[in-house]
Amino acid sequence: MSSLAVQKIPSAAGTTGAAQDRPPLRRRIALVPTVTLLIGAIYTLLPVAWVVIASTKSGRELFSTFTFLPGTGFADNIRQLSAYRDGVYWKWMGNSALYAGLGALMSTCVSAFSGYALAAYRFRGRETIFNVLLAGVLMPPIILAIPQYLLLAKADLTDSYLSVLLPQILSPYGVYLARIYATAAVPADVVEAGRMDGAGEWRIFTRVALPMMVPGLVTVFLFQFVAVWNNFLLPYIMLSDDEKFPITLGLYTLLEQGSNQPALYTLVITGAFLAVIPLIALFLVIQRFWSLDLLSGAVKS
Amino acid sequence: MTTAARRRPYGVKGAPYAFLLPAAILFALFFALPIGYALYLSFRKVHVSGLGLGSGARNEVWAGLENYTDALTDGDLTHGALRVLGYGCIVVPVMLGLALLFALMLDSEKVRLAPFTRLAIFLPYAIPGVVAALMWGFLYLPDVSPFYYLLDKLHLPQPDLLDGGPLYLAMSNIAVWGGTGFNMIVIYTSLRSIPAEVHEAAKLDGASPLQIALRVKIPMVSPSLVLTFFFSIIATLQVFNEPTTLKPLTNSLPLTWSPLMTVYQDAFRKGDIYQAAAEAVIIAIATLALSFGFLRAANRRQKQEAR
Repeated sequence: MSSLAVQKIPSAAGTTGAAQDRPPLRRRIALVPTVTLLIGAIYTLLPVAWVVIASTKSGRELFSTFTFLPGTGFADNIRQLSAYRDGVYWKWMGNSALYAGLGALMSTCVSAFSGYALAAYRFRGRETIFNVLLAGVLMPPIILAIPQYLLLAKADLTDSYLSVLLPQILSPYGVYLARIYATAAVPADVVEAGRMDGAGEWRIFTRVALPMMVPGLVTVFLFQFVAVWNNFLLPYIMLSDDEKFPITLGLYTLLEQGSNQPALYTLVITGAFLAVIPLIALFLVIQRFWSLDLLSGAVKS
Repeated sequence: MTTAARRRPYGVKGAPYAFLLPAAILFALFFALPIGYALYLSFRKVHVSGLGLGSGARNEVWAGLENYTDALTDGDLTHGALRVLGYGCIVVPVMLGLALLFALMLDSEKVRLAPFTRLAIFLPYAIPGVVAALMWGFLYLPDVSPFYYLLDKLHLPQPDLLDGGPLYLAMSNIAVWGGTGFNMIVIYTSLRSIPAEVHEAAKLDGASPLQIALRVKIPMVSPSLVLTFFFSIIATLQVFNEPTTLKPLTNSLPLTWSPLMTVYQDAFRKGDIYQAAAEAVIIAIATLALSFGFLRAANRRQKQEAR
């Protein structure tokens, strides 16, 4: 779907005709839009670039050299970070991968079931159920997280992996997206034809509907993966054992300790740099065969 | 009709409910039950008899609206709400203005480097709020920031970005940086769904690109603008990660900067879950009232314009 944007470039470059009828430069390249977008890109990339550069500096260099010059301490910083509290940093990365990966997978399954049910069937209470599920989006996370904590404490489940995983499985936005994709991608007559052939409802779902919904479900998975990976409030409330922390919470505690010991700043910065690599890599890899537009519920016609 | 054929409609009837069962169970356990429990707690308090020693000296009793009146008169919550209101008045217009601007630029003809800039502007979406606040936080710190280095070299005044008025700008900048890309994609997607004939017709009529953007494109994407506005208001009122992360870098950021931080403090530092529950309920009601009030106003305007 990003092909449209790409296709515009060849026409913009244009075939250069004779010198006299060559249009002026600003006609061939839309200067204002291109420059505006470049400024936007510089603004968004600036702090990332700074973190990349700052992570190469040793503690002494961080406070003394001009901050857009790379330093000499990158390998050293990574070694120190890995050695910090017996490698707890990598444990945090692993935990984040577990929370986000497993959580997003379960969330995608639940969204697929619900979205398909809401799209493919007409039944009593359909719109009511959909609206009630959607209302979940509006609930401030804290009004959920505090009673969730208290209730999970009664079940003796706080400070466990489950306490972070379970509350994030149901994603109202995921259900919403899955319903849109199922409506667009699964034609009613295909489902009907499956029934005519005598296939059961579960079989129709797994064999017919699910394959058609895959591009949409990839989006739901990504959306939820990012949401869980980036979540801070829930683990902040649920967890006290730092062996179970996700990366966001781990970096935060590192920063908090760093406020008394600036020596830890280099660890925080290096940690922040390494923490953004996985998600950026994920998006760079995936955008070759997946479009950003899907994230806002756009459906290919 | 065979028995199998007669049984099938029954199976079809039950099927959607079966498919919805996992979501329903999760909704009951992790949405409905906690909300109900929070409501219940918000009307309760601990009654301490005597010195509060021994079992039975601390009882949970009904509190009526006491927690609510306390929350609204205590000051922390209302001050936080005012701060977040000021912050929101910067974040929402700037973020959505930039998102709309970038989306229009991406959609314009003969633009270069669009795939690269689109991905770059979207990139912060993949970066956790904690990490974003941390990166910008260091850029705000005079000791390590390249901006302060330049200001120093140029002998310009060096404002303290982590205090007073500038703190609002510093905090808003983090939210704008983090949220523009996603909103840009939402608006851009809806720009792309405008049929090409519409532009062509306007162009044949001699409209300039600016006129087309203002008179044709923006009105046509107004539903997605309403949607992004709606979600931005909700997200802004619930700001927590960024101020919490900036806190260790400055002394001038109170622990109750945003309403959610006040709730956290009351629940887990002061241990008054009843008070915290009442505050959470107030925030939820305020969020719902504001966001639905906005939606109704937006709907009414659209209807008027349609007339």
